[in-house]
Amino acid sequence: MAPLLELRHLTKQFGAFAAVDDVSLTIASGEFLTLLGASGSGKTTTLRMIAGFELPTSGEILMDGADISPLPPFQRDINTVFQQYALFPHMSVRGNVEYGLRMKRVPRAERTMRVKQALEMVQLDQLGARSPRQLSGGQQQRVALARALVNRPRVLLLDEPLGALDLKLRKEMQLELKHLQTSLGITFVYVTHDQEEALTMSDRIVLMRQGRIIQIGSPRDLYDRPASRYVADFIGETNLLTGTVVESKNGEAALRIGVDVLRGMSDGPLMPGAEAWLAVRPEAIAVRPPEGGGSGGNVVSATVKEAVYAGSAIRVHAALTSGQRIVAHVPAGTSVPVGKMVRLAWPTDRGRFVPE
Amino acid sequence: MRTFLGAAVPVGFVTALLFIPYVLLLVHSFWRLKGGAITHELTLENYRRLFGTDLYPDTIFFSAGIALRVTVFSLILAFPLAYLLAFKVRRHKQLMYMAVIIPLWVSYLVRAYAWKIILGQEGILNGLLQSAGLIDQPLTFLLYSRWAVILALTHIYTPFTLMPIYAVLEAIPPALKEASQDLYANRWQTFLRVILPLSLPGVLAGSTFAFVLSMGDFLAPQLLGGNDSALMVSNLVWSLFGVAYNWPLGAAVSVVVLLLTLFLLWLANRVEIAMNYGGQSDRMIGSVRGGAAV
Repeated sequence: MAPLLELRHLTKQFGAFAAVDDVSLTIASGEFLTLLGASGSGKTTTLRMIAGFELPTSGEILMDGADISPLPPFQRDINTVFQQYALFPHMSVRGNVEYGLRMKRVPRAERTMRVKQALEMVQLDQLGARSPRQLSGGQQQRVALARALVNRPRVLLLDEPLGALDLKLRKEMQLELKHLQTSLGITFVYVTHDQEEALTMSDRIVLMRQGRIIQIGSPRDLYDRPASRYVADFIGETNLLTGTVVESKNGEAALRIGVDVLRGMSDGPLMPGAEAWLAVRPEAIAVRPPEGGGSGGNVVSATVKEAVYAGSAIRVHAALTSGQRIVAHVPAGTSVPVGKMVRLAWPTDRGRFVPE
Repeated sequence: MRTFLGAAVPVGFVTALLFIPYVLLLVHSFWRLKGGAITHELTLENYRRLFGTDLYPDTIFFSAGIALRVTVFSLILAFPLAYLLAFKVRRHKQLMYMAVIIPLWVSYLVRAYAWKIILGQEGILNGLLQSAGLIDQPLTFLLYSRWAVILALTHIYTPFTLMPIYAVLEAIPPALKEASQDLYANRWQTFLRVILPLSLPGVLAGSTFAFVLSMGDFLAPQLLGGNDSALMVSNLVWSLFGVAYNWPLGAAVSVVVLLLTLFLLWLANRVEIAMNYGGQSDRMIGSVRGGAAV
């Protein structure tokens, strides 16, 4: 896939504060790319520079190889779905969707047809005459989507578009957006702070922090091979166990935490004696009775502190002999003896050493 | 007890300060003036006289004409200023807004006299023009003319026009402007198709303020008006209640003007509801109704 958009050393300063700090990134045509990060990470500012609402302090935004960063928003082949939808309250749903086509002087007959198609696409063809204020949040969101997509942009920018919806609707819209993106083949650049949303929809995720990119990769990459402690902690739920490296070879390392020695995968060699962090996902950990034969991988004794029922799973909070806390997810229905000793076990390759 | 008091206090105020005076006014307008004394004898004579002579309708139309011009000039001044304040001024916004509003705290009389000082024969403007060598003799048409009245009223009511316009402009979410530009509208198209339509309720409220208040004004024509313009409807009412000592006729003129004003407020309110796009935006005119009535 050819790169459609390219950000080169993009920086945005607000006074002395760098909201976006030297961000470089290529976005392929037809890709679903998510800018993920906590608030203040620079993801929205990056999106606003692509849209043209903010001028970069330095750096370039290339589209098909040409720098578009000095162009005003109305001269870019890019449309945006806004966080609070930003529908025009004095126009009907149809008027909203038609707006971009009018401004582009598309002939009336074609306009009518495209508006109709766009409204059908989001299943709102019955509500064209309504005022946006008469619609529910989910419907308004669909209008915003239709209003942007009717223009057939090369790139669609979405700024936390599902943030205002309730959980169930959000889940539905996630799938719908993904289907729409795949079937239309339009490049989506999606901003969210919700890592689960990012994992569900994206082809690639760009994780940002303090204006910088800290990791780019597929959802799987970020989940299974976090590049740092921060990423491991941000993406999904994770246990970060800390101790002293005792051994490191052949992509594996061992960590001493009190009396326990835990093994995990390591991308590079670690210095024995150094402090290190081992990330283990809760769903990788099995809870076993205190006695029994040892198997391969990691097996440690722990005391169950708490067992929280969470529908499909039980979240077991336990303490290792060193006192470090660890969380395991076990299938609902498993009996977990609160206050008793158990053994926690997980395969070596489900643990991963992460740099600071 | 609490709810009773909560209702009784405003109802009492309205009764004592609005309802009773208006009823008295209405009753007076149906009494007869006989030999320089008011007799409590019901008659339509006052209304007959009011509509029978040209003077009274003409004065009302003349006042409306002045008020209309004041409204237009106030809008021309207030809208761009409100726009700049709402969208362009970033630093010291509150200070700038206060600078526009502060004249409202200066006595009306002082401001009217200020115009006398500026426009008079020995005034500042004539002095400037003379010292610049642009004129030899002081211009006499500046003061005591209808334009002096319009100028002073525009000066006085522009802040009233500005406030509601500024309020609606401030309330327009910046994202709407961005959405418009995102959808290929340039700045001018965005202004015409998004900002202006959304500001209309404020424009309407501001116009209503300027029109109703200047229509009922009597100080500016009194102090600054010329032979052709010293007499607006309020001056007429004033002289009928004063020098002419014809309270019944004065009351009748007041009632007609009051009804006209109420009609205008009602009309503005209807238009505002029609513009309300099926949502619950703040009602600007409803909240000032009554307060602005003569």
